[in-house]
Amino acid sequence: MDLQELHEIGAKEHRSQKPIRVHCCTSTGCQAANSLTLKKNLENSVKQNGLSDQIQVVGVGCMGFCGKGPLVQIEAKNKLYEEVTPDDAASIINAINNGTTATAAEGDLNHPFFAKQMRIVRETSGKIDPEKIEEYIAAGGYESLYKVIHDMTSAEVVEEITKSGLRGRGGGGYPTGLKWATVAKMPPKQKYIICNADEGDPGAFMDRSVLESDPHRVLEGMAIAGYAVGASEGFIYVRAEYPLAIDRLEMAIKQAKKLGILGSQIFDSPFDFKINIRIGAGAFVCGEETALISSIEGGRGNPRPRPPYPAQSGLWGCPTLINNVETFANISAIIREGAEWYANIGTEKSKGTKIFALTGKIRNNGLIEVPMGITLREIVEEMGGGVPDGEVKAIQTGGPSGGCIPASLLDTPVDYDSLIKLGSMMGSGGMVVMDKGTSMVGVAQFYMEFCRGETCGKCVPCRAGTVQMYQALTKIINKQATLKDLEKLEQLCQMVKATSLCGLGQSAPNPVLSTLHYFRDEYLGLIESNQNGKKPPQHQQPATAHN
Amino acid sequence: MQTSSEPPKVAEKPKEPAKKAEKGHPSGDKRFKVLDMTMKRNQYRQDALIEVLHKAQESFGFLEEDVLLYIARGLKLPLSKVYGVATFYHLFSLKPNGAHTCVVCLGTACYVKGSGEVLAELEKHTGIHQGETTEDGQLSIMTARCIGACGIAPAVVFDGTVAGKVSASEAIEKVKPWFNNNTP
Repeated sequence: MDLQELHEIGAKEHRSQKPIRVHCCTSTGCQAANSLTLKKNLENSVKQNGLSDQIQVVGVGCMGFCGKGPLVQIEAKNKLYEEVTPDDAASIINAINNGTTATAAEGDLNHPFFAKQMRIVRETSGKIDPEKIEEYIAAGGYESLYKVIHDMTSAEVVEEITKSGLRGRGGGGYPTGLKWATVAKMPPKQKYIICNADEGDPGAFMDRSVLESDPHRVLEGMAIAGYAVGASEGFIYVRAEYPLAIDRLEMAIKQAKKLGILGSQIFDSPFDFKINIRIGAGAFVCGEETALISSIEGGRGNPRPRPPYPAQSGLWGCPTLINNVETFANISAIIREGAEWYANIGTEKSKGTKIFALTGKIRNNGLIEVPMGITLREIVEEMGGGVPDGEVKAIQTGGPSGGCIPASLLDTPVDYDSLIKLGSMMGSGGMVVMDKGTSMVGVAQFYMEFCRGETCGKCVPCRAGTVQMYQALTKIINKQATLKDLEKLEQLCQMVKATSLCGLGQSAPNPVLSTLHYFRDEYLGLIESNQNGKKPPQHQQPATAHN
Repeated sequence: MQTSSEPPKVAEKPKEPAKKAEKGHPSGDKRFKVLDMTMKRNQYRQDALIEVLHKAQESFGFLEEDVLLYIARGLKLPLSKVYGVATFYHLFSLKPNGAHTCVVCLGTACYVKGSGEVLAELEKHTGIHQGETTEDGQLSIMTARCIGACGIAPAVVFDGTVAGKVSASEAIEKVKPWFNNNTP
């Protein structure tokens, strides 16, 4: 296939599209709220009214406003309907046709939640049908891959990504260009590309949304990476908890192969690239790159010490490039618009946009894509609309590896470095808002319970340390602890942080340390109510002694 | 698992032992055939272990010892390795699940919005703890770390269907017919 044919597919798709497209969200969140029945009703309604040549109902990916799903958007009329029930379908179609008012609640597309966003990764999410490759091509998809293969050398591609300043979106923020360059420099033998879609951070769902809404964007990013570093095979490691994402990825790979966009001799060039899907089996530690590699090799997800880094010795000992879903999803836009364009977005050291999953005690739940450097206040109070009844107490970012940021620091700009300075981290982009009703010691215990259950058990500090920290926290919550216990807990945190083998253990104490730092009073309150250190009568034993 | 610099080994087709086990198994051949096909499709590659275990759990409901042995033989892996992998991952279960499952998401967003109470109420009402199955084998209550449906927290998965913004009473209403009818 050449560019002409690619354009022809796009043009044909454009011609077949009806003037009015009714977008109905079919992502997991909205499906759970019955959006598939809604879609069927909308289609029936169109048919019954004989409007099939004007109106087209399209099942699209995530529009972002997940808390108010199912969503229906009609771009031609600049309308958004929220919390639509299947019964509203007829009135929506009527509203389009006759200009009447629909029974469903109308959303405000000028609300800061939408207006403040800048969409790069999610530019076509919620606008195209993720199950049809033609729609992606019609939106300009796979042109970057064509351009890379035919007009650029591998070195130029790596250079372009380096110049863009893109950093890994999985959490650590390692410069993507540097990683690509390291793998590209390795001797030209078998190399692999891995897409890390093992989004284990509780409270984050942007990778899921990208895979469900625009799987081809990720495939294209991976293929470009393959061309740049000299790899001919890629793996996507997806969580088994994301069945819809897996289905759509499988479908997307099949469609791309059929058109000759993936597989051998892509776009009639000598470049071959195939992509396999590997399904995880529920282990948080597999998000860590060396553990992920063992899991792809069919073993337990145990991490190993680095160096050697996967870039030198990864999958089956071959040089391997591992990037997160969102990182790959950025690539095609960078190639299309140029590195300079991308580098102009964001802050000095954190370029581009980041998707955040804004959840918890907040009015507007959902996914937002914003330029780096936006303040937490803008995100939480303007876009998120604040806490429904009450005030923000803290914002948890970065999942179990991150920490809690108190409301007093809401004016912090969001980028990799400033969040680390606050004792938290970007992580994959989860942002859970907490109000006065949330106990911060309880939150620390919640994350420690998580880490205790998810440690792979290979190294002692993490295996034993998380259990001990959990027990110390439980003791505090049960008002059985003394100041000495608190001191011990702090020492333990430092020890586990310094001596664990992989990122899981090294960051496991973060939620405790950050809550201790900002909300020490709460800890002290629980200790002081404990009759000056005397052991109160036993009432509730921690249920974890056997672990 | 050790990373070797060798490419993954492709085990030879274990025709004889596979057939024997298939014949000699009392629980019927069909499900073992599914396993055979999965292994064959993966060219009996040892790195396909997790895929095969997924398929096994899908068709058998859980991973009983016979199945693990069968897979170990099929992929020419030591049973200890197969067992080690099967017990490492949370999704693999060595015990049978109930006919119906109710998975409460305990991700951060769900936690903040009270999924803990939903779980506690469910446990109180059914008399079983998370990870357990009712005595009549009808209902299992389980938990998930995060199912990525944070926008509609708290989320509960009833028999594979995700439900959002679930209150404790709604959850109980939903599971009631699944186990009350079948218990005295």
